[in-house]
Amino acid sequence: MYKYFLRYIISVLFLLGISAQANADFKVGFVYVGPTGDHGWTYQHDEGRKAVEAAGIKTTYVESVPEGADAERVIRQLAQSGHDLIFTTSFGYMDPTNKVAKDFPNVKFEHATGYKREHSNVSTYSARFYEGRTLLGHMAGKMTKTNVIGYIASFPIPEVIRGINAMTLAAQKVNPDIKTKIVWVFTWYDPGKESEAAQALIDQGADVIMQHTDSTAPVQVAEKAGVWSFGQASDMQRFAPKSILTSIIDDWAPYYVERSIAARDGTWKQQDTWHGLKEGMVAMAPYNSAMGSDLVKEVEQLQKDLASGKTHSFTGPIYDQKGNILVAEGSVADDGMLAGMNVYVKGVEGDIPQ
Amino acid sequence: MIKIEKRNDVSPSIYFLTPILAIFLTLFGGGIIFYVLGFNPIEALKFFFITPISDLYGFSELLIKATPLCLIAIGLSFCFKSNNWNIGAEGQLIFGGIVGGGVALLFYGHDGFYVLPIIILSGAIGGMMFAMIPAVLKTYFNTNEILVSLMLVYVAKLLLDYLVVGPWSNPEGFNFPETRQFSESARMPILFDGLRIHAGIFITLITVFLSWLILYKTYLGFQIKVSGLSLKTAKYAGYKGKTMIIIVFMISGACAGLAGVGEITGPIGQLHRNISPDYGFTAIIVAFLGRLNPVGIIFASLIVALTYLGAETAQIFLQVPKYTGQVFQGMILFFLLGSDYLLFFKIKFLGLKKNEL
Repeated sequence: MYKYFLRYIISVLFLLGISAQANADFKVGFVYVGPTGDHGWTYQHDEGRKAVEAAGIKTTYVESVPEGADAERVIRQLAQSGHDLIFTTSFGYMDPTNKVAKDFPNVKFEHATGYKREHSNVSTYSARFYEGRTLLGHMAGKMTKTNVIGYIASFPIPEVIRGINAMTLAAQKVNPDIKTKIVWVFTWYDPGKESEAAQALIDQGADVIMQHTDSTAPVQVAEKAGVWSFGQASDMQRFAPKSILTSIIDDWAPYYVERSIAARDGTWKQQDTWHGLKEGMVAMAPYNSAMGSDLVKEVEQLQKDLASGKTHSFTGPIYDQKGNILVAEGSVADDGMLAGMNVYVKGVEGDIPQ
Repeated sequence: MIKIEKRNDVSPSIYFLTPILAIFLTLFGGGIIFYVLGFNPIEALKFFFITPISDLYGFSELLIKATPLCLIAIGLSFCFKSNNWNIGAEGQLIFGGIVGGGVALLFYGHDGFYVLPIIILSGAIGGMMFAMIPAVLKTYFNTNEILVSLMLVYVAKLLLDYLVVGPWSNPEGFNFPETRQFSESARMPILFDGLRIHAGIFITLITVFLSWLILYKTYLGFQIKVSGLSLKTAKYAGYKGKTMIIIVFMISGACAGLAGVGEITGPIGQLHRNISPDYGFTAIIVAFLGRLNPVGIIFASLIVALTYLGAETAQIFLQVPKYTGQVFQGMILFFLLGSDYLLFFKIKFLGLKKNEL
């Protein structure tokens, strides 16, 4: 016990010491839920880490850390081994991150996609992926011939439901007859399940497929079946060159660089970040010219308007499935409503699994 | 021409020394792999096997990681000793976790000393019931227990998925696939402030002691061993084979269930989809590395637990890929089975005789 506390005190003194001397040994740690080569979620976080490294800051990562009992140990080890800022990049790390943060008040923690900031050294960050979904909806609404849009969804959490709603609203605006069909796969990454879901949606008449899961399987199925699709997390264009209209890209690099420099220079403050197209945390891969230059121009304009705030993904009037008003005409949904979104808008088929 | 002959005289001391030989060969093989990957092998092995347990916190983490492995492997040793191939400990762990977790949720907000014992007991019973499925199917319908127990792992996993996504999900948790955090009364007591080591270690030690007692000091243990050595002898001796199969599966399942409930009431504190990083499968390596012997299994579980921690430290300090941990586990098993083969069989190199040409 004594030895442990001694180590702890020494490490705290050590950290205080190095923050005094211009942080020559400043280090940033990353905890990943998957392997760095998953071409999806973790891959993009690792791209962000490389950007931090390119900015002249030392980084370390630990990949494939299960969200169970192991996460706390890994986060604690990073804190103990002299990392000054630690990014934990999966929702399941929320409680372990806060627990470790309590014991290391001089280390800064950043947790992706969570909502708990129990200590002043914990920040949270996420991206407004729904803005990208609005663009997807616009394209899907224009491109569909069968008026059925297939959506492969992971878990019925607000982020996923927000994406479904944003897409449906945008598609309805350009094509009031569209229907959104959803298959819940209850996984973030399972190529087998995802391709089955894609095939099931195509069999039900969907001629546009999109996914809120991370593998490249759905776009590959879409390519084979000759229907349109959209990539997720990273640019998946090369996996389905004909079928993909664009991909929503998670670009964590600017945020990671900014926060790392802030922590190094002592200007880091606790915050809850929710960045979108404007800040570049959500980016769009090049648009497929197969949709015609007019539509590309339209979408590019819409992207600009969403980034500048001229257009909002959730502009009233918005109705739920039963026809009750969710957002009144002329107003937009506030962030609180978006953060807790748990109902479908009108035009989405089926019920949210409970 | 090569001839393979069975050896009749294998000394027990060598039998228990080969696992240690396997570990040394693994260290050697690991050193070569690190060297090929461009790391200093001595330094890498130090980060892998020494740094993780160089302080009290690390040691406590080692025990936390070893506890479920040891429990499951002890249970599996009953099955494996009697030639019953229970491959589904992972499912029994998960099902034990489901039952224990369900009881913990039932007692949400209750205080009282009785809460935790009830949860632990129900977890053990859960695992036991789940293990009885392949046992009963094997004894009464002649099914293959390897297939049935393995397939039931997916049943348990999907059931857990369903429960944490749907009926048991945290009502304040924004639909994230996890239950509430259990009440304090449903958590394993922490033994030392600042460390995560919890009372579950005592359950493990008691289980190890009881297993030793049963295996080496009771008639049942004798029956288990005889059936493992020769099923026919057991039959001639008049042992009730069916009852024994069911009993070993029950013990095995109860141990896996205990491991599951120890994880959710210990370091995790809730149910979600990832309550076990495949402990049930890794424990198979542990059981064989420990020679299906309770004391051997204790040491084996510590060593295999260390390969997990080592993979993390090596990645933090040297950025060695995390999967080297699994490579080490694989190498240990490979070298163990390899030396076992040479232990039990003699390879004779005979010259070619003229008439064979």
